[in-house]
Amino acid sequence: MSFISYLVNGVSLGGIYALIALGYTMVYGIAKMLNFAHGDVIMVGGFTVFMTMSLGGVSPAVAVLAAIIVCTLLGVTIEKVAYKPLRNATPLAVLITAIGVSYLLQNLALLIFGSNSRTFKSVVPVKAWKVNDTLTISGEAITTIVVSLVIMLALTLFINKTKIGSAMLAVSEDRGAAQLMGINVNRTISITFAIGSALAAVASVLLCSSYPQINAYTGAMPGIKAFTAAVFGGIGSIPGAMVGGILMGIIENLSRAYISSQIADAIVFSVLIIILLIKPTGIMGKKYNEKV
Amino acid sequence: MKAATKHNLVTYAIVIALFAAAQLASATGVLGSHLSGLLVPISYYIILAVSLNLTVGILGELSLGHAGFMCVGAYFSAMFSVITRDVITTPLLRLCLAMLIGGLVAAVFGVLIGIPVLRLRGDYLAIVTLAFGEIIKNLFNAIYVGIDKNGLHFSMKNAMSMNLDKATGKTLINGALGISPVPRDSTFTICFVVILITLFVVMNLTDSRAGRAIMSVRDNRIAAETIGVSITKYKLMAFTVSAFFAGIAGVLYAHNISMLNTKIFNYNTSIMILVYVVLGGLGSIRGSIIATLLLYLLPELLRSFNDYRMLFYAIILILAMLLNNNEKFKSLVSSVTGRLLHRKGKEAAEN
Amino acid sequence: MKALETKNLGITFGGLKAVDGFTISIEQGQLYGLIGPNGAGKTTVFNMLTGVYKPGSGAFFLEGQPLLGKSPVEISKCGIARTFQNIRLFDKQSVLDNVKLGLHNRFPYSAISGVLRLPSYFKNEKLMDETAIELLKVFDLDGEAYTIAANLPYGKQRKLEIARALATQPKLLLLDEPAAGMNPNETAELMENIRFIRDRFKISILLIEHDMSLVSGICEEITVLNFGKILTSGKTADVLSDPEVIKAYIGE
Repeated sequence: MSFISYLVNGVSLGGIYALIALGYTMVYGIAKMLNFAHGDVIMVGGFTVFMTMSLGGVSPAVAVLAAIIVCTLLGVTIEKVAYKPLRNATPLAVLITAIGVSYLLQNLALLIFGSNSRTFKSVVPVKAWKVNDTLTISGEAITTIVVSLVIMLALTLFINKTKIGSAMLAVSEDRGAAQLMGINVNRTISITFAIGSALAAVASVLLCSSYPQINAYTGAMPGIKAFTAAVFGGIGSIPGAMVGGILMGIIENLSRAYISSQIADAIVFSVLIIILLIKPTGIMGKKYNEKV
Repeated sequence: MKAATKHNLVTYAIVIALFAAAQLASATGVLGSHLSGLLVPISYYIILAVSLNLTVGILGELSLGHAGFMCVGAYFSAMFSVITRDVITTPLLRLCLAMLIGGLVAAVFGVLIGIPVLRLRGDYLAIVTLAFGEIIKNLFNAIYVGIDKNGLHFSMKNAMSMNLDKATGKTLINGALGISPVPRDSTFTICFVVILITLFVVMNLTDSRAGRAIMSVRDNRIAAETIGVSITKYKLMAFTVSAFFAGIAGVLYAHNISMLNTKIFNYNTSIMILVYVVLGGLGSIRGSIIATLLLYLLPELLRSFNDYRMLFYAIILILAMLLNNNEKFKSLVSSVTGRLLHRKGKEAAEN
Repeated sequence: MKALETKNLGITFGGLKAVDGFTISIEQGQLYGLIGPNGAGKTTVFNMLTGVYKPGSGAFFLEGQPLLGKSPVEISKCGIARTFQNIRLFDKQSVLDNVKLGLHNRFPYSAISGVLRLPSYFKNEKLMDETAIELLKVFDLDGEAYTIAANLPYGKQRKLEIARALATQPKLLLLDEPAAGMNPNETAELMENIRFIRDRFKISILLIEHDMSLVSGICEEITVLNFGKILTSGKTADVLSDPEVIKAYIGE
C-alpha cells in the first residue's frame, strides 16, 4: 500500500511540476528563450499568499487571487523591462539577463524576508481521504491533482480553440510569418508571459500548501526541476510538459522512497542527462530546423 | 610583434605587477592578516573566471556548473592528498600531483557532459551544467568513502557501514562533513604560478588556429561548418580546457581550507564567477582578471555592503546585457572611448 | 568529367516538397546560373549541396565523387565552398582572421602546438598570413586586414565572404545572390571579379542571382527553378527567351 501512497504523492508533485513546466515550455516555444526567472515567480506567488493572509488577514481565496494578479503583473513586467529590449540580441545575452532577473528576485526576497524559512499555512480546505487503514491521501495531494488536471485541460482548449491560442501557435511556428499575417507578436509574447506566470502562481499555492514552508529559494529548485521536466517532455510542446512534469514527480518521489532521499535530486537530474543522450528533443518534442 | 602578442604580454605584466605588489604589502604588514588571507581565494577565483571566459566569452556557450567542476577537482585531489600525506612529504610535489589529478578528473567530467550536450543548441548546456553541479554536490554530500589495507570502501548510509579495518582504516569522505583535514598546501606563490600557466594556455589557445575555430563557432556556426570547422570538436575542446582549470581552482581551494565540504560548490558560486566574466567583458581575459579582483575585494573592503552584494551582482548582470545590446549606448561608448583613446582603440581593433 | 552532377535531388519540409527532381550538370570551369522566383527552392539546393540539409532523395557528385550523406565539414574538405544570401561572416574577428579560418584545413597544426608555440605554429601561421593577404589583395581588401569584419561596408563584406570561401581551395564555388544590394556599377565590377576568380583559381561556379544583367552577362548556362521543380535548363540566351520562363517570372 505504501507504494500507492508514494505514487499518488508523486503524481501530485508532478502536477505542480507540470504547471511550472507549462510556463517554461510556452515561453520557450513563443519567445525562444529560457526564462530562468520563472521559478522565482513561484516564490513571489508564495510570499504574496503568505503576506496577504498573515498580515492582511484575508481569506485564502482572496490570497490566491492576489498571488495570481501579482505574478501575472510581475511576469509581464519582467518581459517588458528585461527581455523585450533583447529581442534581437544573441541567445547568450538573453540567457544571462534571465539569470540576472532570477538572482535579483531571490536576493530582493532575501533582503525583505531574511534567510529563515517561514511556515506556510496550507490554504487547501479539502480533508484527507482515508482509503483504508494503511493508505491515506492528503487533501493537498487530491487538490493538486484535480486542480492541475483541470488547468491543463483548460489550457489545451484555450490554445486550440481561441483566437489568441492560435496566434500563440502561429508565433511559435514562425515569428516573422505570423507578423506578416497581422498578428501582434509583442502582445502575443506578453500574453504568453502572463499565462505562464499565472500558472506559476497557482503552482506556488499548491507547492507551499503541500510542503508548508517558504523562503527566498523556494522557487529555485522546483523551477529547475520543472524545466528539466519540460526538456524531458520536449521543450516547446504543451502535452510534453504535462507528461514530463508528472513523470518527473513520480521519479522523484519513488527514488526518495526507495533509493535515498539524499540523492533523489541527483537521480532526477541524471534522468535529464540520459534523456538528452538518447532523445535530445524529449519524448514529445519536434525536430528543430534552423533556417539558413 | 603581433598586436595580440603585445596585448597578452601586457596582461602577464599586469598580473606579475599585482603579485609583486601583494607580496610586498603582505610582507610589510600593510595588508593585515585578514586581507593576506584573501590572496589565495582571489587567485583561484581569477583562475575560475579566466577559465569560464573560455566557455562563455570565447566559445559563446553558457555553463552554469563551473562550481561543479571545481567540486570534482577539490574532492578527488583532497582524497589523493589525504591518502598520500605520509608517503609524499614534500607539500609542493604533493600539490602538483593533486592539481594534475584534480584537473584531469574535472576534464574527464567535462568530456562526459560535453559529448551529449554540445551537439545540442545553446540553452541545453546551461541547464545540463546546472544539473551537473547539483548532481555532483548531492553525491559528494551523501557518499562515505574510506580506505584500509583491503582498498577503498564506499557507502551511501554512514561511516560505520563501510566496515573499515580498525587498525588501518581511514575515513576519506565523511558524508556531508566532507574531507578533513586536507593538508594546507596552497600558497599564494603557487597560486600565482598557476594563474600564469592558466593565462598562458588560455591566451595562446585563443590566439591560434584552434582559438579562431572556437570563436568561429560562436560567431556563426553554419558558416564555420561550411568552411570545414568541426563544431563538436572545438566546442568540446574549449569546454574541456575550461573544466580542467576549474578543477585546478578546486584543488587550490581544497588545499587552502583544510575542512572540505560541498557548501561552496553551489549555484551561487557559479553565478558569481559568471558575473566576474560578464562584467570583465565576454571574451576579454584581462577584463576577467580585473573584474574578479574588484568584485571580490569591494565587498571585503566595504563590510556593510556585504548584505547587498548579491543584489548588486544581479543588477550588474542585467544592466551589462541591456546596455551592451542598446545601440544608443553602444555608439555613445564607442564615441567617448574613440575620442579618449584614439590610439588605443586602433590597437585593440588589430587584436 | 563533370564538375558537379546532381541526380533527382529532393527534400521535403513538413510534407511540402521544397525541391523535387533537381538534376543538373556543370562542366569544369563553367559559370552556371540558378534562377527562379522567390521561394522556388534555390537556396535549399545550396543547403543540400553543402550538407546543411540532408536531401531526402537523389544523389550528387563532385568530379565524380559521391557526396550524398556527407557532413558540411566533409563536403568542404571535398571541395565545395559557398557564400550566403544573408552574409554570414565571423563578425567579431578581423578580416584577416576570417580568411585564415577559410584556410583552417589547408595549414593544420594541433591545438597543443598552438598553446606551446611549437615550430609548426610559427611555420603554419606564417603561411596562413601570406596566403590570406594574397587572397585579400585579389579583392582589394588587404588594406583592411585588421578591421573587425562587422565594421566593413556591405559591399566589402560580400567580397570578404567570397575570399573566405576561396581560401578553402574549392573545386566548386556556390554564390548565393552575390549582387544583392549592389548598385549597377558595383554589379558590373562584381561580374568582372567573378570571371576573374573562375580563370585565376580554375574553378567552376554555380550562382543564384536575381539580377538578370549579371546572369545574362556571365552565365554560360542556366537552370530555372519554379515551385521546387526545374522549369527548364540550357544556354542562357535560349532559356531567357523561353516564353515559359518569362511567364514564371512576370506572370500571365
